[in-house]
Amino acid sequence: MPQTAPKNVGIQIQLSLAYPAFRLEVDLDLPGRGVTALFGHSGSGKTTLLRCLAGLERAPQARIHVNGQCWQDGRHFVPTHKRALGYVFQEASLFPHLSVRKNLTFGQPASKDKTELEAMAERLGIAHLLDREPERLSGGERQRVAIARALLTRPQILLMDEPLAALDLKRKQEILPYLERLHDELEIPLVYVSHSPDEVARLADHLVLMNEGQVVASGPLQETLARIDLPAAFADDAGVVLDTTLGAHDEEDRLSRLDFPGGHLFVSQQSRPIGHKLRCRIHARDVSLALEKQHDTSILNLVPAHVTGYADTDNPANVLVRLDASGTPLLARITRRSLRILDLQPGKPVWAQIKAVALLD
Amino acid sequence: MLLTDNDLQAIWLTVRLAGIVTLILLVIGTPIAWWLARSRSWWKGPVGAVVALPLVLPPSVLGFYLLLAMGPNGPVGKFTDWLGLGALPFTFWGLVIASVFYSLPFMVQPVQNAFEAMGERPLEAAATLRASPLAAFFKVALPLALPGFLTAGILTFAHTVGEFGVVLMIGGNIPGVTRVASVQIYDHVEALEYLHAHRLSAVMLVFSFLVLLALYVWRPDSKKA
Repeated sequence: MPQTAPKNVGIQIQLSLAYPAFRLEVDLDLPGRGVTALFGHSGSGKTTLLRCLAGLERAPQARIHVNGQCWQDGRHFVPTHKRALGYVFQEASLFPHLSVRKNLTFGQPASKDKTELEAMAERLGIAHLLDREPERLSGGERQRVAIARALLTRPQILLMDEPLAALDLKRKQEILPYLERLHDELEIPLVYVSHSPDEVARLADHLVLMNEGQVVASGPLQETLARIDLPAAFADDAGVVLDTTLGAHDEEDRLSRLDFPGGHLFVSQQSRPIGHKLRCRIHARDVSLALEKQHDTSILNLVPAHVTGYADTDNPANVLVRLDASGTPLLARITRRSLRILDLQPGKPVWAQIKAVALLD
Repeated sequence: MLLTDNDLQAIWLTVRLAGIVTLILLVIGTPIAWWLARSRSWWKGPVGAVVALPLVLPPSVLGFYLLLAMGPNGPVGKFTDWLGLGALPFTFWGLVIASVFYSLPFMVQPVQNAFEAMGERPLEAAATLRASPLAAFFKVALPLALPGFLTAGILTFAHTVGEFGVVLMIGGNIPGVTRVASVQIYDHVEALEYLHAHRLSAVMLVFSFLVLLALYVWRPDSKKA
């Protein structure tokens, strides 16, 4: 296993773990800030990797460093309770014999700062639930208590194992805004295991793609999503994520303009102030290509770009074309026939016609 | 007075014996149950089987081996002799030790089941909240397993109250020292004192019923937890 020197920032993980029918082999260097998503199908090893990072699972030869602290190497294994981490399980795993308040203070440092507890409860919208028993909470409420409980330990890293997977769509919608706020406010790195492309697109800054115990790709979200050389991890959900700034409102047509380095997009009017940061997602299936700028079209969002490459998709009739719009990568899914007829070779200038923009905030 | 002084003495002795045995087994049985519930060791099978032996072994067999072990020529007997305690058979503490073996599965198995039903997750959650293994045990595992402990405590107490064969082998029939209620009833019947036997038996019957009633009334609670 290659030995890189531990750094003072970021998370370095090198481990190898063999099970009878499965082998986890990982060498990762993750950023020390922001949200890292571990994405993959079930059985890809992402949860096991997270459990090793937390010390809940023990990989014998692993090396794990978090922001300069050694959590495991050849000689040392720091047990879970001595690692400055917060962990949110898929099921909230609240202690059923303790009230919400006592669950929250369970891991709080000895000072049991009451203001801190109340501020945290306020932040996660559970202030009115403090004296309830966990079994009288909804799934979404439980998960929010679990997140607050983890944060109250003042962790240096927050680990989340599919915190939304056990919830129905309505409950998910109820928690996502809180997670998005964490994403914006949290000073510590968050490692988030998920198999939902939507959650990844909303929350992640850094993406790790896993498949059968191997890391397939690891990089900044935008770049990694726009890679076409990867196995079709997102399949029909292939697309890019853009971080945009709200540039202008058009009161007459009820539209808002979102600016990004490669151009701008019009979306239905947003009730946010100018300058607000908005993340949006453009599916490859919603992008078509034209060689000339179309004027007689109902599609509003036309972005000039040039082709940088293309790759096969699951469907042999389609190809995935990668574009560059002044530095911003885009993906378009078109037919193989269109590729041939338009003769889309790398370097060729095109107009990307964007039919739909999904706002993620 | 319905019961004779000897009856009362026997009942008091029985209660004392069962109480002490239950307390000792709480201390000894809990770690065994914990280990059996969580270990992945190969030894789990054999140890579990040994713990369960008193369930199927005739009490006289258990009593016979304990008598040999604790007797003046047995290993335990030599040890207690060396300590200056003398031989344990036909003493109250001999009876306590024998009863601890005899009632061991009644303490270990319900507690083990409670620990197993709890699963790893609450302890993992506690560890991610900075609780040391010991703190996690006392703050999470014990409270969650409380219904199991209640069941185990009641069963252990009741089972010790009901023992007979082991007492006869180890303790004999010494008033105030080893003559427990079940032996006292046997004595009454031997002496054809059927009225006394009736009364003491009725006490035992009511006691046993109340114990089981308590267990069955508690059951919904244990399910909730």
